[in-house]
Amino acid sequence: MPETIELSLRGGDFEATVLKDGSGPPLLYLHGAVGQKGWAPFLSALAQQFTVYAPYLPGYAKSTGLEKLDDILDLTLHQFELLDALGVSKAHVVGHFLGGMIAAEMAALSPSYVDRLVLAAPAGTWRDDAQVADLLAMTAGDLQTELWSSASSSMSLSTADFEANARLKAELAADRMVDLTAAGKFLWPIPDRGLKRRAYRIKAPTLVLWGENDRIIPPVYAEDFSRLIPQAEVSIIPNAGHLLMIERSEVFSAAVAEFLS
Amino acid sequence: MKLCFFHLMPYQDLPDNFEKDYHSVWVDAPNSLFDPKKAHHMYNDFLDELEYAEKMGFDAICVNEHHNNAYGMMPSPNLMASAMIRATSKAAVVVLGNSLALYNPPIRVAEEMAMMDVMSGGRLIAGFPLGTAMDTIFGYGQVPATLREKYTEAHDLVMKAWKEREPFAFNGKFTQLRYVNIWPRPYQQPHPPIWVPGSGSLETWDWTIDNDYVYCYLSYSGYKVGKTIMDGFWDEMERKGKEFNPYHAGFLQIVAVSETDEQAKEYKDAIEYFFKKSLHIPAGFGNPPGYRSVKTNASQAGSSTIDSRTKQLSDFTWEDYLEAGNVIVGSPETVRQELTHAVKELRVGNLMLLLQFGDMPKELALKNTTLFANEVMPYMRDIWSEYDTRWWPEGVDNSVPTPSQ
Repeated sequence: MPETIELSLRGGDFEATVLKDGSGPPLLYLHGAVGQKGWAPFLSALAQQFTVYAPYLPGYAKSTGLEKLDDILDLTLHQFELLDALGVSKAHVVGHFLGGMIAAEMAALSPSYVDRLVLAAPAGTWRDDAQVADLLAMTAGDLQTELWSSASSSMSLSTADFEANARLKAELAADRMVDLTAAGKFLWPIPDRGLKRRAYRIKAPTLVLWGENDRIIPPVYAEDFSRLIPQAEVSIIPNAGHLLMIERSEVFSAAVAEFLS
Repeated sequence: MKLCFFHLMPYQDLPDNFEKDYHSVWVDAPNSLFDPKKAHHMYNDFLDELEYAEKMGFDAICVNEHHNNAYGMMPSPNLMASAMIRATSKAAVVVLGNSLALYNPPIRVAEEMAMMDVMSGGRLIAGFPLGTAMDTIFGYGQVPATLREKYTEAHDLVMKAWKEREPFAFNGKFTQLRYVNIWPRPYQQPHPPIWVPGSGSLETWDWTIDNDYVYCYLSYSGYKVGKTIMDGFWDEMERKGKEFNPYHAGFLQIVAVSETDEQAKEYKDAIEYFFKKSLHIPAGFGNPPGYRSVKTNASQAGSSTIDSRTKQLSDFTWEDYLEAGNVIVGSPETVRQELTHAVKELRVGNLMLLLQFGDMPKELALKNTTLFANEVMPYMRDIWSEYDTRWWPEGVDNSVPTPSQ
């Protein structure tokens, strides 16, 4: 079981909850718009080779301070302060969607913090020809369907993945109003917040992972990141939707571990 | 009490299959459905109807702001209000209102409202809605988490711009200006009365009461559902130790008057168009994450969001609408009784009447207005006569205007 670390930053303006487990080189995992619901199997898999830190972003679960963050720069600086407080001077950074956007910003703003970078279905750019789904207009029911590769995908999952999947679906629906309030601040109405002007500064070798059937942000966006980031390779995971790290956790964690090792 | 003629200016020519084959009346209804030549007549009919309402003795005429929709065709209520200011001379002009967070910089609101106030000789009531989620979040791309903060900052700027007599600098989070110095400034001093429309959000109650503004509950749920919201507002007033005054609140009610109860079925088509087409709003647009606080979403108002309400309303029959009080319909005597009962139950001094709705043709709208003004209004004037309103524009003659024949 992971350890839960409670940090108080900037005189209590930010109370941050961080889940930690494993040993080995430090790895920071930043969750996406719909948050993280506890310690998922893919984090356990990564913890076998890395010391995994998985914070809840401000506005998610018990982490506070969202109202103190005006923009993506504030949110990115918050991650550096979190690493400082954890005593981590350099880490592999893995981020999903909103977390991927933050991870890319971290690597662009302060390359020395980031060892290797993994972006899973990252937000941060915009294509008129393949628009990012409107998460705010989705009902809980829409969201539960659209996050996965297809409505019946759970049939082909392993037992562990299926259980994680079912638990997650229920919790995502329950927490949607709060979680997407936080996400909306940095992604709505258009998630392009200028990363394209800064991405050239990314020095970290970068792996861009995408679920083949991502219905929130389609895989064509991988082209943006491979074009913008100097050392980026792209890998598309078959039979996976937006939550590729949940739906195909074994494939996902193996791809990440291999890239980071 | 104050009887205000409210107009939404609905698009009246949506296709028969609209609610079946189109996603929404708001946000993403394609404007290929909009026929400019037909809308030319609609706009002019609606302006005629507003003008007629003043002639018939209504205390005020009301316009409002909505975007990306076929529900109400007034992206700029100020244009309609200024046309009305020239066409009228007695009635208060209620702009209900300008959604403050949507103007950049928001002093545009201070300027235009000051213009209208000066043009009208002080007949303006300034409305400051937060705006529906469809208008603000989806139509105008505002961030839900910061919408209310942006709105209150814009409000502070507008109020200061109206009150200050020397240029000042404004260093806000959303607006920064080196020289704020509006010309013209309002006719009414220090500023026009302020009304705040809401739909039951707890933070709107707090803010409205703390600023001593009028709270207007605008919904189509009718007075029976409205009573739970208004009771909540009055309870909050009491908790804050404020003295009760019915003019502290307003309420919108759909009303249709005919010669007899039976004859009132002539409004059935317009009612159905309104509830089934004009309010065809899918789940998802009414209350996106962050638009309302966690506290409001957990409250009674939050549990009956626009999503759930409109779904229910679209399935109603004519009898259901009457029974639920969504509409008050019938002979003058029926309407007098039910409306008087509603006003006393709600304890509101400012009644906004929606007498044109849906695809109601102009002749029927004028008939409804005439019957209401002649047969109902005189019986309602004296309700709350023991109270004075301090939220009424100073440029209006407060004596009762005589209806024209």
